[in-house]
Amino acid sequence: MRDTFQRIEERSFYALVVFGLLLVMVGLGAVYYMEEHGHAVTGMNNQVVWGMPHVFAIFLITAASGVLNVASIGSVFGKPVYKARAPLSGLLSLTMLAGGLMVLMLDLGRPDRVIIAATHYNLTSVFAWNAILYPGLFGIVGVYIWTMMDHSMKAYSKIAGFSAFIWRFILTTGTGSIFGFLVARQAYQSAVLAPMFIVMSFAWGLAVFLLVQSSMYLWNGVALPPPIQRRMTRLLGIFIAGALYFVLVYHMTNLYFSRQEAFEHFILLDGGIFPILFWGGFVLLGSILPLALLLHPELGGRRATILASLLVIFGALCHLYVFIIGGEVYPLDIFPGFSAASTFGDGVVGQYAPSLPEFLLGIGGLALAFVATVIGVRILRFMPQDDFTILTGGKNVH
Amino acid sequence: MSDKTPNQSRRAFVATAGAAAAGVMIAPGVHLIEVASARPAGEAASRTVRWGMLVDVTKCQEGCTACVSACNKENALETALPQNQAPQWIRKVDLKDKSTGRALSLPMMCQHCEKPPCVDVCPTGASFKRADGIVLVDRHICIGCRYCMMACPYKARSFVHETLENQNPEVPRGKGCVEACTMCVHRVDKGQQPACVQACGAEGHAAILFGDLNDGASEIAKRIRSVATSQVRADLQLNPGVRYQGI
Amino acid sequence: MRIRTLFGTVLLGAVALFASAAWSGEGSGIPKPDIVISNPGKCVADVDTMRRTHMDMLKHQRDLTMRQGIRGAKVSLNACIDCHASKSNGSVLGSDQNFCQTCHAYAAVKLDCFECHQAKASHPIGAAAPAEAVASKEGAR
Repeated sequence: MRDTFQRIEERSFYALVVFGLLLVMVGLGAVYYMEEHGHAVTGMNNQVVWGMPHVFAIFLITAASGVLNVASIGSVFGKPVYKARAPLSGLLSLTMLAGGLMVLMLDLGRPDRVIIAATHYNLTSVFAWNAILYPGLFGIVGVYIWTMMDHSMKAYSKIAGFSAFIWRFILTTGTGSIFGFLVARQAYQSAVLAPMFIVMSFAWGLAVFLLVQSSMYLWNGVALPPPIQRRMTRLLGIFIAGALYFVLVYHMTNLYFSRQEAFEHFILLDGGIFPILFWGGFVLLGSILPLALLLHPELGGRRATILASLLVIFGALCHLYVFIIGGEVYPLDIFPGFSAASTFGDGVVGQYAPSLPEFLLGIGGLALAFVATVIGVRILRFMPQDDFTILTGGKNVH
Repeated sequence: MSDKTPNQSRRAFVATAGAAAAGVMIAPGVHLIEVASARPAGEAASRTVRWGMLVDVTKCQEGCTACVSACNKENALETALPQNQAPQWIRKVDLKDKSTGRALSLPMMCQHCEKPPCVDVCPTGASFKRADGIVLVDRHICIGCRYCMMACPYKARSFVHETLENQNPEVPRGKGCVEACTMCVHRVDKGQQPACVQACGAEGHAAILFGDLNDGASEIAKRIRSVATSQVRADLQLNPGVRYQGI
Repeated sequence: MRIRTLFGTVLLGAVALFASAAWSGEGSGIPKPDIVISNPGKCVADVDTMRRTHMDMLKHQRDLTMRQGIRGAKVSLNACIDCHASKSNGSVLGSDQNFCQTCHAYAAVKLDCFECHQAKASHPIGAAAPAEAVASKEGAR
């Protein structure tokens, strides 16, 4: 039984890898096309300088840090149910970070020069901090997984887990600060952004984790013991509510400043696609509906969990689109008190229509994370192994 | 060193050429009271100098784009790209006071801040401020991340969205890097005025005054001392090198 | 960048070694680069030095000019171009007969300068770069 418990079936494994690699290749093809022609062939422009690739990249990086939460609850707070899930949580963190960084780096104007980001540091730049934080997470989580997999290293597992816990907090603070330190644009420049990103990372990371875990169990024909299932779905519910709360606080504080009123009006009411994605995508489909699915006493089963997790991920992408693109299209208020007009987008809402290559690059990043996860799960023991005796009853497993 | 003598004579020539260029500049005779002298070859930009501009909004005409055309020509910015992807180092902004209805028009470009946010956020240090206050992008180490464009409160920067071939040899620029007004650093170093300043003067408006803010005897420093001027987004305390009069 | 320069240096060094051996002996299978020097004898250093270190000289000066605003130095990319541009198309690029391209194609070293820098000389096609033009260009750089 252990064997079937660990192994994805051979043929479907190769099919999944090939499928994922194809998507990665398509993404790389899109990169080649965009680099050959320049960003002129994308929807990005001088007003919307970060487009669809950044929505995917920031989702992946944020979720990569959040998914480590599962490991932290196990190692730092000593919960055995989560401890059994720490290796998978570490693996997902690594693969999503790789996918996110791939998208981020390949969208640079000069991706051929990405090495410069490692040879020239400007220490006042949040981006340069991230150029240290991201590889650092790779190293720390890599060591953490090693200490968990290799029994001779077991003694260091606790300290490695604690380091990963601290590092990932700093990393998500760094991701939030990319925007938080931007005084220029109306949407950003808020201290709430760093904690908001941390709580969002919890929710998105756990959603990805539950999705992957449920899929693995499903393929292996086993079911998660209901107590664990309940515990984890309830936690996801709490994180979703937390993320929703922070997003509300962010908008409430903005509404309090009269100079931000017009911007909030745009994002929340009359900004075309943005209010639709915010209310419909993030709030309703990405938060309220998954909350109902997870917390309703009649629901909350395996299928409800998978659906809820998918909805949370969808809501996350909607929210990032509103946050990043919506924040960019809104014109800068360079001359407060004046209405402005120019040939360079002053005083008007910018236009952005994501192009196909941008999407394909983003999908390519997701696919890289997917392929790496599938391979990792296949060659190493990442499947959560519960010591069922300490749980309410082993009978729940088949 | 066998090349020492020709090298020195070349330097001497350069100095004369610089002076000659400055003389030519005065010839149009339009308000060019102050013409900086060329920095001698081999000498670095000085910390004692701070180049700046003063825009007299009351003299700037709505509909006149002489400064913009001159900039586009000088820096070879013309392109077939759509307006929102085309680079614009200087643009004319038409403003209307929301409460009083007063209309005005002014040129907007890189403000060459003393504390530039673009320099703070640049991960590689490609965005930098030269000793004499001119904020530039070192395209040799710009990776095209566009973080500076997100950070600039003046929307002064553009991204090069396409392959370029017709660059001015003195203004290198290319695909995948971020760029902005250089205050025509290649001209300033020769002792000439930025192209926009010259064009505005030639048009007869002379709304832009260029000079050394640190030199108390310069025309720009005197004007800033004697008339009310303002900094755009002064609340951010970036201390821009471009000042406005009459906003 | 540093890595690329290092790589380029090593590669060019290897090419120089190979060349000194191959050019003195009988021809190998690889066609030699066809280097045409339009204005011989006017370079800032001798041929061997230029072959080995032109990239370092340019990079050193590039940082001084870009970062500190030091102009009018002996080394100047624009001066190189003005002198070495082909008489047929006025550029250092375009075919394997053009000065920069011929050697870089032979050595298989990526030429990044002209992603941003103008590869054409500032004087009209066909005209040799006059000494004055070279000098004033250096002044500008």
